[in-house]
Order: sequence, then C-alpha cells, then structure tokens
Amino acid sequence: MANKEIMTVNMGPQHPSTHGVLRLVIELDGEVIEKITPHIGYLHRGVEKLSEHRTYHQAMTLTDRLDYLAPMSNNLGYVLAVEKLLGLEVPERAQTIRVIMAELTRLKSHLVWLACHALDIGAMTVFLYCFREREQIMSMYEKLSGARMTSSYFRVGGLSQDVYDGFEADVRRVIDEFPGYFDVYEGLLTKNTIWLQRTIGNGVISAEDAIDYGITGPALRGSGVDWDLRRDNPYSGYDKYSFKVPVGEKCDTFDRYKVRLVEMREAINILRQALDSLKPGPILADSPKVCYPPKERVYNSIEGLIHHFKIASEGFPAPEGEVYQSVEAPKGELGYYLVSDGGTKPYRMRIRPPSFVNLGAIEKMGKGTMIADLVAIIGTLDIVLGEIDR
Amino acid sequence: MGVEQPLGENVLTTSLDKLVNWARKSSIWPMTFGLACCAIEMMATGASSHDLDRFGIIFRASPRQSDCIIIAGTVTKKMLPVIKTVYEQMPEPKWVVAMGACACSGGIFDTYSVVQGVDEALPVDVYIPGCPPRPEALLYGLLKLQDKIAKERNSFGSALGLGERLEPTAA
Repeated sequence: MANKEIMTVNMGPQHPSTHGVLRLVIELDGEVIEKITPHIGYLHRGVEKLSEHRTYHQAMTLTDRLDYLAPMSNNLGYVLAVEKLLGLEVPERAQTIRVIMAELTRLKSHLVWLACHALDIGAMTVFLYCFREREQIMSMYEKLSGARMTSSYFRVGGLSQDVYDGFEADVRRVIDEFPGYFDVYEGLLTKNTIWLQRTIGNGVISAEDAIDYGITGPALRGSGVDWDLRRDNPYSGYDKYSFKVPVGEKCDTFDRYKVRLVEMREAINILRQALDSLKPGPILADSPKVCYPPKERVYNSIEGLIHHFKIASEGFPAPEGEVYQSVEAPKGELGYYLVSDGGTKPYRMRIRPPSFVNLGAIEKMGKGTMIADLVAIIGTLDIVLGEIDR
Repeated sequence: MGVEQPLGENVLTTSLDKLVNWARKSSIWPMTFGLACCAIEMMATGASSHDLDRFGIIFRASPRQSDCIIIAGTVTKKMLPVIKTVYEQMPEPKWVVAMGACACSGGIFDTYSVVQGVDEALPVDVYIPGCPPRPEALLYGLLKLQDKIAKERNSFGSALGLGERLEPTAA
C-alpha cells in the first residue's frame, strides 16, 4: 500500500470562482479532499461598529452593502427590525411594494447565483443570458430608487417615495417574460450531461446535518427540510399570498439547483398576486416623530422644514429594549438583532448573515470529494463575502 | 496634405512608439479580481448588455496574463498585502484602475479595518467615482485609460531596455 501523503493547497483570496475574497486552505490526499479550512475577514469593513455611530435612518445605507446581490432584502430586514423596536404599523401599500421589491430582489440574486454557478462549472452561455435578464430588474431598481445596486429605497415606516409611472407595467413585463427565460435556462442545463455529472451526488449534506449546522434558505430546502420564513414566520404581509415552498430529496447540488429554479418561478407567482392586490394609499406610517415629512411640506412651510431638519440631524429616539427580526433573504435567514439604550442610534446592531452560517458546512459537504468539485460546492452554497465578513 | 508619398498609398508611416501604444491600448486584458459590490458591476460591464469585448478588453483569470488590474471594491488591511502580491506578479507594462468610492478613498467605510484608498499602495492611473459606478462609468474610465496609453512615450525603446517608459504629463 502506498504511503498516504497529505498535500496542502491554498485557494484564494484571489481566485475567479471563490465569489469574492474567500480563502480556503485545502488538505488533499491525491485529488481527494481531506479537510477544508475557510479563512475569512478579507472584506471586513466594520459595518456593525459603524452602525453604532449612525442614526436609525442613516444605518440603512450600510445594509445595502452587506449582501450586495440582494440590497432590498437587507433593507427590508433592517427596517422591519427598527419598526418592531418602535412598534410602528406600516401602511398596506408600502408593505405590498416591499414584497414586490423583495421578490424582484430574489430573482436578481438567484440570476447571479445561476450565472456564476454555471460559469464556474463551464457553461458560459447561461452567464450571458442571466446577466441580460438581470439588467431588466436593475433598470427598475434605478427608476425606483435612483441607484442600480445600493438602493436604500425603504424607510423606517414605509418607503422613501411612491413608485414611478409605469412601474406596474414593468412588473407585469417581468411576470410575462421571465418564465420563458427560466425555460431557456432549464433547457440549457437540466438535461445537459455535463451539468448532471458535475452536480448529481455533489456536496451532499443530510437534513439532520443541515439543521445542526444552522443552514437556512435554499441550501436547507435542498436537503428536504420544509422551512421558509415567509410562510412559517410571515412578515410584511407574506401570509396573504399563497405559494409553494420547494424541497429537494437527494440533498445534492442538483437538488439545490432545482429548488432555486422553482423558487424563481414562485417569486413570479407572488409578484402576480402582490401586483393584483396593490391599491392606492399612503406609503409612510402616520408617525411624524419618525418619518420624514413629504417634500411639499419641507419646501413650503417652516414647520415642515424644522421637522425634516430635526429628523435628518438628530434622528429619532427608540425605546429601550432589544429585538430580533429575520427575513427570508435569497440566501437564507437574514436576521437583525438590535439593542437600544433609548438613544437615537443603535447601541448594538448584530447581523445574522445566512452566507456566514452556510459557509460553515463547506467542510462537511466537501470532505471526501474531488478537488475539482469544490468549485461546484462553493457555487451551490451561494455565498457573498460582503455579508460573511461584514 | 501636400506631402509626397514615396512608399505608395497602402503604406502607412508612423513612429514605433505609436504602433506599440496602439497595440497595447487595443488589447487591455484586465484581471478578474473582484473585491466587493463593484465587482458585480464589473461583471455586468463584461456581460451581454455592455460587452467589454468590443474594446478588446477581455478578462483573464491570472495576473501573469493581464496588464491591467481593476480594484473593484473595498480594500481592507488584511487584503492589501494580497493585492500587492498580485500586482507584482503582473508583467510590465501594467496599469491600475481604482473603481468605486472605496478603492478611490475608502468611501463610507472610514474604519479601523479599511485602507483609505488603494493609492496608498499602488500607482493608480484612473479613478472612477461612484458607489458602485455604473457600467457606463467603468467603460468611460477604461476609454480614458486607452487615451492615456496612447500618449505614452518611449514605449518601444523601453521594451528593448532603452530607458524608462514615460507617462504623459498631466494636462
């Protein structure tokens, strides 16, 4: 029997398929992985610390840059946490628009996941298609908030402004066109022999292990656990919509791929229901101490101006206490834990990023597989270093 | 132009510097080196809608094959030594583009862990503001880099080891 010799290989932080600046130290026995140690912190920007020096309105801009593939999901989790702290009721129209934007964000994030996952495994065509479709959602983002990625469109108590003219037609266009695009992706991949060989049986993690590691989101559902916060712990009016929660059976990369594709179709389903239920109404809660006054009042009355100035410069005090609010972000459970000491800034903001927790399982999923399959495992976990390192 | 053309009409006379500059600026190969949010906009610029290939700009995965590095995202103190290593691995001549507010100046992240602008370590040729810059902004920045390369002097001589490559003086 030949001697067993362990070789240590460094992967990253500069590597085209580590999705940013992830660094993995891999111990190999031949081509088989014995151990994977992730090294993180190459994008640590101190978001949690910075938010302690921002008012509740200002800290929102930091959340955009956590999971930069899904900015509005991050905003949603944050504003819901602050609203929970304040006990603020959000008008129905604002809630519905939030749901529409959160589902568009899910589409946007999953498109980048599919693009990069396929590109890593060698299917370049899918990358080009996904980014073409993504531009459609990006231009909606831009028309709505003025920015393509770092939107900060939501506000504590509602939205920064109402939707633009033609928004509903744009959403309707997404609803009509995207299912056809999904068919194209499935046509390119689902029966593609190379794709099947690279994904079936790759990165298997059982349901018990997935729960033990705290995995959430599509990676958990791919292992057959029926858990979705939108349905099981509804927020922002998700209980009004009916949608399927897809689950996998074989716990491998292919099942997680199928789960995410069904999720994209279900997002279209939710978009359709939300758009049908969208009614005119106020977009900000009636809480003058917290919400910015409308611009007409700021420019035309001295009270409005003072009011705006006070909220912009000082912020609003939040009652003493602590809250935890989580949302089903495209990558899993995104939680915000806020502690308030009664001041106008958070005393502590702790973020529970789904990618960070999901990355913990990489060793379990990768051990015993070939090193060439590791790229597929990183892709299927759908990590973003912005929220891992924070 | 009133000048006789003794070589005939299908022969072009130029200086060797201009020829080298033209070749270099028409095939800028940047590295796929994404750090943060800007990397997604960089990918979007390279993908179908904006298509960098039409400018001869093709992403390469290895620093050994590239001649431009786009610093797309926040540079942290932990990442800076890695960026320096990667930059040193690139062959001469090489150019640096700082994409986005973080790479230019640290952006909104004025913290203990973030380098306040990549120009603290690398010689930056083009700064692109924005958080993140639109794909059009990145395209404009790369076209400006092309203009800069076109104005360089002694490009041919320096390739033969005769003196230094001279950057155009600031206008």
